[in-house]
Amino acid sequence: MRRISPWSTPVLVASAVLITFVITAGPILAAGANPIEAYVAFVVLPLTSEFTLLEVLVTSTPILLTGAAVAIAFRAGYWNIGAEGQLLLGAIAAAGIGIMVEGLTPFLALPIMVAGGAVAGAAWAIVPALLRVRFGIDEVVTTLLLNPVALLLVNGLLHGPWRDPVTGFPESPRIAASAEFPTLIERSRLHLGFLLAIVVIAAAWYVLARTPTGLRLRAAGLSPHGARFAGINVGATLVGAALVSGAIAGIAGVSEVAGIQNRLTGGLSPGYGYTGIVVATLGTLTMPGVAIAAVFLGDLTVGASSAARSLGIPSQLGAVVQGVLLLTTVALLASRRHRARRDDGAEAGTGGTANIAAEVKA
Amino acid sequence: MTDRAPTLELRGITKRFGGLVANDGIDLDVRGGEVHALLGENGAGKTTVMRIAYGLTHADSGEIWINGSPLTMRSPRDAIEAGIGMVTQHFALVGPMSVAENLALGRSRGLALDLADARRRAAHASERFGIRVDPSATVADLSVGQQQRVEILKALSRDCSVLILDEPTAVLVPAEVDILFATLRALVAEGLAVVFISHKLAEVRAISDRVSVLRRGKLVGTVAGSTDERELARLMVGRPDFGVERPPESRPSAGEPVLAVTRLHAAGAAGRPVLTDVTLGVRAGEIVGIAGVSGNGQTELVEVLAGMRRPTRGSVRVGLEELAGGDPRRMMRSGIGRIPEDRNASLIGDLSVAYNLVLERLDDFRRAGRIDEPAIRAHAEELIARFDIRARPDDPVATLSGGNIQKVLLARVLSRDPRVIVVSQPTRGLDVGATEYVRLQLLERRAAGAAILLVSEDLDELLALADRLVVLYEGRVVGEMARSEADLERLSMLMAGREAAA
Repeated sequence: MRRISPWSTPVLVASAVLITFVITAGPILAAGANPIEAYVAFVVLPLTSEFTLLEVLVTSTPILLTGAAVAIAFRAGYWNIGAEGQLLLGAIAAAGIGIMVEGLTPFLALPIMVAGGAVAGAAWAIVPALLRVRFGIDEVVTTLLLNPVALLLVNGLLHGPWRDPVTGFPESPRIAASAEFPTLIERSRLHLGFLLAIVVIAAAWYVLARTPTGLRLRAAGLSPHGARFAGINVGATLVGAALVSGAIAGIAGVSEVAGIQNRLTGGLSPGYGYTGIVVATLGTLTMPGVAIAAVFLGDLTVGASSAARSLGIPSQLGAVVQGVLLLTTVALLASRRHRARRDDGAEAGTGGTANIAAEVKA
Repeated sequence: MTDRAPTLELRGITKRFGGLVANDGIDLDVRGGEVHALLGENGAGKTTVMRIAYGLTHADSGEIWINGSPLTMRSPRDAIEAGIGMVTQHFALVGPMSVAENLALGRSRGLALDLADARRRAAHASERFGIRVDPSATVADLSVGQQQRVEILKALSRDCSVLILDEPTAVLVPAEVDILFATLRALVAEGLAVVFISHKLAEVRAISDRVSVLRRGKLVGTVAGSTDERELARLMVGRPDFGVERPPESRPSAGEPVLAVTRLHAAGAAGRPVLTDVTLGVRAGEIVGIAGVSGNGQTELVEVLAGMRRPTRGSVRVGLEELAGGDPRRMMRSGIGRIPEDRNASLIGDLSVAYNLVLERLDDFRRAGRIDEPAIRAHAEELIARFDIRARPDDPVATLSGGNIQKVLLARVLSRDPRVIVVSQPTRGLDVGATEYVRLQLLERRAAGAAILLVSEDLDELLALADRLVVLYEGRVVGEMARSEADLERLSMLMAGREAAA
């Protein structure tokens, strides 16, 4: 009988946070600050005022979406590392459509723009997915390599046809007013994109947890062979997951263009696609986990930038904390899996032995 | 035999995996100048005991002695230093590198790698041991037989005095087997001790001085290499115990076969034929048993019938419907229930029992677009009760014992009332109670009119359950007989690739 690890996932993630704080105390001390004070500034203070709390949500918006995008793909066993590029394609589409819909009512303009961004993101995701399913080409490499290509495309547009005719800066012209996401709360930057992210996460949760499609997707991710044996079309499932993942990442791009920048800019995404991988991992690939992890990282980002001012420490310490947190979480997850396997009495790489052992333990 | 201490001696090696005893107090010795074969069916414990001798697995108890002194074995490094070399079934070679580089790997010290020197050493070793390989050839370009030679050369150039070969002929074509045997004879003549793991009788007789036979983890006996094949086969498969659950005497099975396989061909890795011209039929209410030593095409035959492998030629019919090349869904829909040998890989361990029970037919458990959880639960509870599965609906399948996992698979298949059941190694690794249960279920289905194709390496099981037996050898049907005509000797000879000596 395989024992269920006492390391339930919430305990594991909480331990990862504690370990991270212990490890990052060193760099914080080196920067001349009190670690406890710094953690309070990083994590607690942003949640104490309305303004910073709303900023936390604004910062979480893109990574809620990219986190959900990555988590869906990973659950299907499709390792999409290309959310960054898919996000940029969504942003390009949003900027292009946003300019063209001048004069259209927001009730039409916004859905068209969101749909366009989703299609663009999915289109950027389809080639690696087909290469994987048809020819077995590793999607980790292909999706990753398409990210800089997408960035080049953005910069090519901004230094070429889309350069702002008024200012001459490498930025696209401003999108139509009717294409801008409305803010949700007066005098804040919290925009429609946040609501969209919540809807996407809720929908993704529903599909994964409650529908036959979601069960097939999970089955394909947990055991491609077992899923195929049960009559599930694993190839089609992977392509489907890749497309949905790309579409959600594309919506993240739309959200940044229509909600924050109101135009396409070169610095639109400071790596939101990659942070999505962190969010998905910290959230252990579940939608509620992704939501918590995204808000937590948003909290940390806002906290780190204000701590930089109040405590005079480098704002990069926020990134250090995030990086250490990712590594400790992955390490704990890996060791839990390793221990579970050791409990099986199996040895790495000896499938036969593992099967016998698993069969026999009653 | 000489008076010298054996080069390698195993004393009382015992190894358990969970409750399964893979090796039960095995004593074995091999001396310089002999080939000592380790013979046994799949799962008899041959590979495990030799992995222990090479430090890849640790024994629960027992001792390993080298040249008369005990050896503490922590890892293969200790084995290599003590002069033990092993060529496993999966080669540990770096494909894109040359033969010389592969030989230098793990031996080079310091930072610099003198390639010219490595090539010289490789050429020298190749000449000294009479194993012909081109030191500058890229390993990936070599045939499997040549790669095996590189592996042997690698072990020899580390000055080993015992060489363990795990099923070395499994990957070779006959001409390469001849070369391997010639090489081994020459090496043994120079004083090397060789352990040769195999389940092929003819080969064992051709090369060995002594043969140790393992059955179900126990050493049955050590006999001279000249022992005749019948005796070896008898030792290897044991005496079948007739009459445990023998079905009522075969009625004259009448009518057209429900499952008809005609002139089926299939290819394995690198286009090697794994099934050649296989024709067989199973009628309603009949169990046809497939006998054969493992690796003779049974796995591939089941894969084709399960929709997991495309045949290269031939026909598979259920009734009038042609199914060759169909996917798993197609096979299920035509009424084939599939219980393959690898039951763990056929279920999804991390999903619950309830989900696994409905995974083949999720569309029947959909309501308003969502999963009908109450119906799935009720279905699971019913099957758990009916098939006596010791689990709750929400338990992940991976937490179940082997017997219960098999019952889950059995319940998933049988609850759909399949016309045809394809079942492979249904009781492997199960305890007595679960074994009996599974066999009774199959007999019950036979009585209810299902056509059952039963693949098993357990001759007792085949003789207890089957109405007719078909023997596969190297992917071909080499014999077919009613159970009443089947006797162990004839089966053993057919399984070993010898014509029955009447």
